[in-house]
Amino acid sequence: MPRELLPYFLAMVLLVIGLYAIVGKKNVVKIIIGVIIMEYAVNLFLVLIGYRSGGRAPIVTKTLNEDPQRLREFMQTAVDPLPQALILTSIVIGLATLILMIAIAIRVYEKYGTFDVSKIRKLRG
Amino acid sequence: MFDTLPHIYALICLMIIGSVIAVETRDLLSTVISIGAVGFLLSLVYLMLGAPDLAITQVVVEIIVLVTLIRLTVTRDDTTVDEHRDVFALGSGLVFGGFLLSASLYCLQDAVGFGRPLMSVSQGYLNNALEMTGAANVVMAVLLDFRAYDTLGEATVIFAAILGAYVVLRRIGRKHDARDVPHS
Amino acid sequence: MRGMSLIVKTVTRLVAEFITIFGIYIVLFGHLTPGGGFTGGVILSCGFILLTLAFGKDFSLHVLSKRAAGTWDSIGALAFLIVALVGYRVGSFFFNLWAEPATFKLASAGTIPISNIAIGVKVGAALFGGFMALAVFRRGARGGYEEDE
Repeated sequence: MPRELLPYFLAMVLLVIGLYAIVGKKNVVKIIIGVIIMEYAVNLFLVLIGYRSGGRAPIVTKTLNEDPQRLREFMQTAVDPLPQALILTSIVIGLATLILMIAIAIRVYEKYGTFDVSKIRKLRG
Repeated sequence: MFDTLPHIYALICLMIIGSVIAVETRDLLSTVISIGAVGFLLSLVYLMLGAPDLAITQVVVEIIVLVTLIRLTVTRDDTTVDEHRDVFALGSGLVFGGFLLSASLYCLQDAVGFGRPLMSVSQGYLNNALEMTGAANVVMAVLLDFRAYDTLGEATVIFAAILGAYVVLRRIGRKHDARDVPHS
Repeated sequence: MRGMSLIVKTVTRLVAEFITIFGIYIVLFGHLTPGGGFTGGVILSCGFILLTLAFGKDFSLHVLSKRAAGTWDSIGALAFLIVALVGYRVGSFFFNLWAEPATFKLASAGTIPISNIAIGVKVGAALFGGFMALAVFRRGARGGYEEDE
């Protein structure tokens, strides 16, 4: 594993922790926590892909605009703006789907009285 | 700008420790607090990777996630998780996880190195954003001018998710003899 | 959801307006500084959630009822679609009319501030409506939940 691929591998470890929580846990709250961790891991991975070492954030200031030499230098060394734009909406979508998941969890608790997934299959209404 | 690599490694390792605590602990309140810590550390990582919009959004979203999760878990009676060890679920989780990790070790060999992005499309966006759109924030110019169709799709997804939450939590009838929506 | 103590209510009365103004600032200046429609919308809904937590859900349902939240959500989505179709008459979908090279003023960059406002309204109203749908449930007599409206 070369040294420059290590941050991607750490993001993959986070993804695997979330996957283990979804597959191996029986409490509905832990499954929701697993989904949240997987969303964080995927967003982190995509932003890590767009990073340029020694770069600055892709926002142009007024003083930068007045100096064409520094502007050209900014365009060559700025961080990639495309993954950031897509992950920005993905973070808010993660919040909206979390609200939907918690709504379903509330209905499950109301109907079965427990958060345990294995008991939900056995009881009937 | 200084090289932030050791800071990013340390923060991601702290995030991994925090998420392991969140998954494994038996008390639901500790789980929620650990997830809050993981989210705030993620916002710090975004700030160090040169993404200030993402850092602000992640902080505020994390606050709302904490409030909603506490509303779900702490206002119940049973706040500890008592589960006996289910060997099959544990084993299958480890098998899936191990398979994914080894597959990623193999597939990441072709990835670009960290810190040298490809930028085949984004270089054009960076060069032209200021003259073609007039927006100083290049991320907003990409999101609302160059890729505005994707933003329409994302707004639709948020709409559909919240609509689903409304439908799931709906009741008909009066409060005293409330009954569920009949299956048609 | 009941309200909280007197200290929380007093501090919220002072702070909630600042949070709302901060959210509107981030939405309006989205094309010049970090932020934009999504970030500002989430901050606006956070202000409303603070009002709900501090004063109880009856107060914030007075401020913005569930039907009003759904209506504002739809208005934001329709405004975004109208911005898209207005560009369609001139060029392609989402064509940025009135765009000119950078002037760093508030009223610049064509349709981008209008899209920011539409998305800010939409995300703020949607997340507040979703939180209200979760909050009107309360513990019923037999241990389940019933809708409290």
